Amino acid sequence: MDRFVWTSGLLEINETLVIQQRGVRIYDGEEKIKFDAGTLLLSTHRLIWRDQKNHECCMAIPLSHIVFIEEQAAGIGKSAKIVVHLHPAHPTKEPGPFQSSKNSYIKLSFKEHGQIEFYRRLSEEMTQRRWENIPVSQSIQTNRGPQPGRVRAVGIVGIERKLEEKRKETDKNISEAKEMVELSKSIANKIKEKQGDITEDETIRFKSYLLSMGIANPVTRETYGSGTQYHMQLAKQLAGILQVPLEERGGIMSLTEVYCLVNRARGMELLSPEDLVNACKMLEALKLPLRLRVFDSGVMVIELQSHKEEEMVASALETVSEKGSLTSEEFAKLVGMSVLLAKERLLLAEKMGHLCRDDSVEGLRFYPNLFMTQS
Amino acid sequence: MAMSFEWPWQYRFPPFFTLQPNVDTRQKQLAAWCSLVLSFCRLHKQSSMTVMEAQESPLFNNVKLQRKLPVESIQIVLEELRKKGNLEWLDKNKSSFLIMWRRPEEWGKLIYQWVSRSGQNNSVFTLYELTNGEDTEDEEFHGLDEATLLRALQALQQEHKAEIITVSDGRGVKFF
Repeated sequence: MDRFVWTSGLLEINETLVIQQRGVRIYDGEEKIKFDAGTLLLSTHRLIWRDQKNHECCMAIPLSHIVFIEEQAAGIGKSAKIVVHLHPAHPTKEPGPFQSSKNSYIKLSFKEHGQIEFYRRLSEEMTQRRWENIPVSQSIQTNRGPQPGRVRAVGIVGIERKLEEKRKETDKNISEAKEMVELSKSIANKIKEKQGDITEDETIRFKSYLLSMGIANPVTRETYGSGTQYHMQLAKQLAGILQVPLEERGGIMSLTEVYCLVNRARGMELLSPEDLVNACKMLEALKLPLRLRVFDSGVMVIELQSHKEEEMVASALETVSEKGSLTSEEFAKLVGMSVLLAKERLLLAEKMGHLCRDDSVEGLRFYPNLFMTQS
Repeated sequence: MAMSFEWPWQYRFPPFFTLQPNVDTRQKQLAAWCSLVLSFCRLHKQSSMTVMEAQESPLFNNVKLQRKLPVESIQIVLEELRKKGNLEWLDKNKSSFLIMWRRPEEWGKLIYQWVSRSGQNNSVFTLYELTNGEDTEDEEFHGLDEATLLRALQALQQEHKAEIITVSDGRGVKFF
């Protein structure tokens, strides 16, 4: 609540009103405060609240101070609310209704409805960030980031930081994209008008933009299949991460298990299934100690190079022979494998002619292949 | 009737009733089925059957084991037999078939050998005489069904060793 500054309520030049709503109450964190009935105004630059009874009581927060917003649905006897999480106040900010506050968020309660539309417009302004491009007078401070030296709410800080990083990255990407669009346009024009050669410099710049955006460089594709620099790096990382888990699991894991394991370790910035597969396709080419293998059924696994699935088949045959016949589930349990991998091993044994199958309403069972061994 | 018939070991092996996906294994399996069908039909003196009968027959339906060969797989076995010359479809819909535990050419050979041995070349026989006559009691082809016999004689006809003719009350054959 200490982020608000007193204001006249008049809009600055270049500041435009987006939406306003009567009957809004402000909470400091979870606490009700005396500002219980006011008109809330949203402009391109600020969030302004003006007391309905006393128009001179008017305060505002620059939109740049908002970290993120949440909706709180209405309940029985409770109005719908918007929760606004804020950056800490600037030490040199103008005076406002509160000198200090232990909360880093406020709640806006819409007692006369209008929450849905207001939230929508506020989200839009937060996305468009028009205040960054439309300069107004100094009295509206634009705060680009969190300031040091204030008590922060636990938990939010990590989120704030990551959001800030993401935004900076997006900004960088957008500006790079703009450059790239210009470059592509220039190249396209040159081609169209056959106006001079595309210089080597332009070609190099173009290729480097493609690479940095994770698009395959044609040269790379020829050498490594559809891999990119990114996938190459990822493949090397995977080799490091998976060595021990693979050894613990008998040298073989399904790709789904790998996906879960790797993403659990990463936390944020999760790997997409596509990126995982593309990286794994490069393992063998990069001479790493693991490889991707695709069974006939389409099941994909990662194997240690030292793992010989065909040899495991011989021991599988022994196990099945001992028991007369086994289903995938029974075999999995006996050997301590996942049912998926157990089935693949039995299918491989069948393919190699060591086992045959009995497929009935009772299920799928594997037997030693007596057709071949018995005359 | 089925009592004296000795079932092969495969008949008590559940995978026998599942068409094997492994090609080499399937080859062995189908060979075993063909052999079983022929010996079963031979013992039971069954020269023709419908597909429906086949499905419910103990031949393809092992009640004790609770396994039966699915009809699609039965069709595959029958096709194998046809390719080998032991089976002939009796109708366009492939609903009933003639099953010959010996191929017609083989029967023809046996019959011709007997004809030559007994010095009866240039003789004429009725079909009935061949399969039910006193003279042929000791021969393997004694009691052979007419459909199979006809095909055997047709095979000999192809080789110009016999000719099927019409006699007073039916058909007969002249050997050369």
